[in-house]
Amino acid sequence: MTSAVEQRGSAAVTAVSSAEQKTWCRPHLLGLEDLSRDEIMILLDTALALQEVSTRSIKKVPALRGKVVANLFFEDSTRTRTSFRLAAQRMSADVMDFFVATSSVSKGETLADTARNIEAMGVDAIVIRHRSSGAPHSLAKQVKCSIINAGDGSHEHPTQALLDMFTMREHFLPQGRTIADLHVAIVGDVANSRVARSNIWALTRLGAKVTLVGPTTLCPDSFAGFGVNVVHSLDDVLPHVDVVNMLRVQFERLTSAAFPSVREYSRFFGMNEQRLSRCREDVLVLHPGPMNRGLEISSAVADGPNSAILRQVSNGLAVRMAVLYLCIGAASFTSRNTPSNP
Amino acid sequence: MQELLNPAGVAQLIENLGAAICSDSDISSTHKHELAFIGIRRRGEIVAARVADYLSRRGWPNILLGKLDITMYRDDVIGMRPITIPIGTEMNFRIDDRPVILFDDVLHTGRSVRAALDALVDFGRPRFIRLAVLIDREGREYPVRADFAGRRLQTLPESFVRVHLSPTDPADAVFLDPPAPARPLDSVGSTHGAGS
Repeated sequence: MTSAVEQRGSAAVTAVSSAEQKTWCRPHLLGLEDLSRDEIMILLDTALALQEVSTRSIKKVPALRGKVVANLFFEDSTRTRTSFRLAAQRMSADVMDFFVATSSVSKGETLADTARNIEAMGVDAIVIRHRSSGAPHSLAKQVKCSIINAGDGSHEHPTQALLDMFTMREHFLPQGRTIADLHVAIVGDVANSRVARSNIWALTRLGAKVTLVGPTTLCPDSFAGFGVNVVHSLDDVLPHVDVVNMLRVQFERLTSAAFPSVREYSRFFGMNEQRLSRCREDVLVLHPGPMNRGLEISSAVADGPNSAILRQVSNGLAVRMAVLYLCIGAASFTSRNTPSNP
Repeated sequence: MQELLNPAGVAQLIENLGAAICSDSDISSTHKHELAFIGIRRRGEIVAARVADYLSRRGWPNILLGKLDITMYRDDVIGMRPITIPIGTEMNFRIDDRPVILFDDVLHTGRSVRAALDALVDFGRPRFIRLAVLIDREGREYPVRADFAGRRLQTLPESFVRVHLSPTDPADAVFLDPPAPARPLDSVGSTHGAGS
């Protein structure tokens, strides 16, 4: 597939691809595990084409005018929820935010009933974050509208992995390097990370070399079964990788003492200036946020020239615009052409 | 498919279009130093670039070239047909107060041009927008007419006029699908004042 090229800093942006030859038929985005290479490339190319919308004076396109997107977040989220909200608005959809703490869920309503009630209001897509792995998959079987997974337990966070890859592509493509040419280290709390799992599926599908790094308690050797390398020494890996994706230590998901102390974790697996000096000069440092500054990443690295952490946030908007466009578009076409739904 | 025009015929249409723009006294005398040609992706952008090259060889100043992706503005983008993968707009200049000529390969229903006009005004407020097409065929569904056309064709409503332009296509050609008599209404030029 032809790659895409972006020109930054101009009134508008270039996006060239041959993705229009492919098709997208999925009404839901539940994860990246089942996606083909072509489907992942369609998502990335569509995001690239939509990126320029945010550079215009009128930051909006009418494609999803009249469509309704509901944000249904059962876990705390700031950037993902607002990113989906803004993405839907940039596509001209209407957005409803459901706050679980003040909703009927707190009165004991089931997830399926909540979703069906939301759908009954004429919603076209539900963006769901849930503490239980598989919750979006379950919902997709019970409602007709599009289901977009915004993070389910420690299972998948597809749009985060897509924006990670979009950011890698943006950084390395001007050098003529595709995702398949990259060696990516995913560092830290792999065992509890949905971001890591989605990255593993998609990066390996696109041909990247992936190395997982962390203490044995958080980065078990069994992950090697996913077609990736598993190592337990960050210092050994750093000189050989193009991208370092630093995972957040998820204190809310750690059920036992996964490491002796915060200080020891930082000493062995924290990204700091000293470790950065061991990396290739153009290494790309990513973090899905929110950061535990001083734990998995130092402020000097997070705010330094190799960090693309804020680019990730910007790119997340384009990726989510693409996901909403493709899934709602596919669902609408299917619904219109299904005999039982004239 | 019936081949209506071979590469030489397509080249003639490009010349017709360029000559029509040259003969527009308003553009050639007042606006040619500020002109922007914006082509609807993909084949409209090729037509725009070739006409700009034609004018450049006749001493016109460099013309700004833009490529407009109208996918997100189409009236059938959601639900009416399988999802279209957008390819992005490429326009590295501001269009505010700039004379713009919009290019497409075929003008048929007028729906693409309607979408393009909506897309364009999201980028700014041009001084004016004129429409130039390689082939102007019958079958308008929206009130749109071309200011400049390489050729006007009368075709059966169910026929498709397919323009092939390299490098998007292997070679330049114009086809009629399915084959049927296609009669040129008039050959070339500016359609200012012509009904549609």
